[in-house]
Amino acid sequence: MSDLAIRLRGVVKRYGPITAVDGLDLDVPLGTCVGLLGPNGAGKSTTMRLLTAQAIADEGELELLGFRLPEESKQARAQLGVTPQLDNLDVTLTVEQNLLVFAYLYRIGRGERRDAVERALELAKLVDRRDSRVDKLSGGMRRRLLIARALVHRPRLVLLDEPTVGLDPQVRQELWALVDALRSEGTTILMSTHYIEEAQRLADTVLIMSHGKAVAAGTPAELVREHAGDEVLEVYGPPSRLAEVEAEAAGEGLRTRRTGTSVSVLGVESGNGFAPEGERRPANLEDVFVLLTGEEIA
Amino acid sequence: MTVATPARQRRLGRLERSALTGVLVREVVNFSSYWRSSTFSSTVEPTIYLLAFGFGFGALVGRIGGYEYVEFVGTGTVATAVLFSSAFPAMFGTFVKYQFQRTYDAILAAPVDTEELVTAEALWIATRAGVYGCVPLLVAIAFGLDPAWGMLAVPLIAWVSGFGWACFGISVAGFSKSFENFNYVVSAVLTPLFLVAGTFFPLDRLPGWAQFLGNFNPLHHCVELVRHAAFGWEGWTDLLRLGVLVVFGLVVWRIAIRAMTRKLID
Repeated sequence: MSDLAIRLRGVVKRYGPITAVDGLDLDVPLGTCVGLLGPNGAGKSTTMRLLTAQAIADEGELELLGFRLPEESKQARAQLGVTPQLDNLDVTLTVEQNLLVFAYLYRIGRGERRDAVERALELAKLVDRRDSRVDKLSGGMRRRLLIARALVHRPRLVLLDEPTVGLDPQVRQELWALVDALRSEGTTILMSTHYIEEAQRLADTVLIMSHGKAVAAGTPAELVREHAGDEVLEVYGPPSRLAEVEAEAAGEGLRTRRTGTSVSVLGVESGNGFAPEGERRPANLEDVFVLLTGEEIA
Repeated sequence: MTVATPARQRRLGRLERSALTGVLVREVVNFSSYWRSSTFSSTVEPTIYLLAFGFGFGALVGRIGGYEYVEFVGTGTVATAVLFSSAFPAMFGTFVKYQFQRTYDAILAAPVDTEELVTAEALWIATRAGVYGCVPLLVAIAFGLDPAWGMLAVPLIAWVSGFGWACFGISVAGFSKSFENFNYVVSAVLTPLFLVAGTFFPLDRLPGWAQFLGNFNPLHHCVELVRHAAFGWEGWTDLLRLGVLVVFGLVVWRIAIRAMTRKLID
């Protein structure tokens, strides 16, 4: 029997006329990494704010590490680490000072404070930059520090809100290694992202969000198999040709999606010989994503 | 699947010391990176007022209310120093930390509630005001004001007063949608209160209604208390004045918490 670190049932959050989260159910089992995948405005960040009680739900039940939100949020937050989407480090302080401040905010006892800061420095690979002011660090270093700051008190659960948004590919891979190491230590992670590859690499299960709702959940492989089949046929051509292929595929009962310059026909392996000229490739999570959210993403 | 059993612990209460400490430590550590400019502006400004009015007007006025004018202004500008080192940093600092640095998002993700955050911020600013408030007095002493034992109470008076003005500044930042709104508050609220506080001229020469209104100006009570600390206490009247400062502080403290909760928690 596995326990849940996060359990949301029927959660609704409205901002005036906008319903940002619309009846969301979410389970995050302890010791797993769950990816919240969705286009901008799908409600991922609002969900993250609900989990730290910086937003209060209008309806629904929220439990985090067994604590009811928002009533017992402070207890929950003591065992929670949060990496925000937007960098909010104290830029005129040194790396070490930033970590020390959070060692106090997370109530680490006097005897363990030094060790906690050292451990976080090593985790962020910033031991030799401990005395550098944050505004002198590169973007990747800052993001590593932001993550390490959230881990200074060895939280049971970590929320990563778009951990690699706006970073170079090399830096992104560095951060993936950091998150992967965390995962292998058994820390539970809820990560929101709109990078498909990030979710595919790091998440045990993925929840796809659209318009404040969960539209699909499962392991990346399950989702692909269930919604996009095994193989995709990518057909290139002028717009008129693409429209033709779409119509033909629809006639065969196959689903398609536009990718700007081409049409992707999903699940062609079950297409009874339907084979216009094109490139075959394995189906991926992006196919599922676009199919379910109807939106192209970065 | 069942939900994880929480590591049950003492239910965390309100206004916990460890939460206040966390926020205060952040302020103290940050202070190490900007104390020069902050100390400069909080001490030089009232000193300039003191010297300009004390010697400029002092040459014309001579004695006022039984005191040398430079002594009158030297004690009065303590309140000015308190105001400048509490209301203004609270307004601007809170707004910057909320809007631009997003510091409060990070703090509220830790086990700290808005009430604790606001309280710790106000305590910190009050403490700075308690120290900076003494500067005009020291300058006045250098220019001939006689030290008195009562002056030892000045840091406390400045602290209590500073706490209220810090909460006032936090409230303004909490209710404001943009920096521009601060102009209204400075022009319509702070400047009149600052001028009609008895700092530069005694209120007892003003029309009756203005004197009456002066009783509602916390800055006026701060001015009077400091003056009495230097020249002799007035018993119950002074206790009443201290009471006004305490009530002012408590009321704006709750307002500040409400304003920031509205701002920080959706």
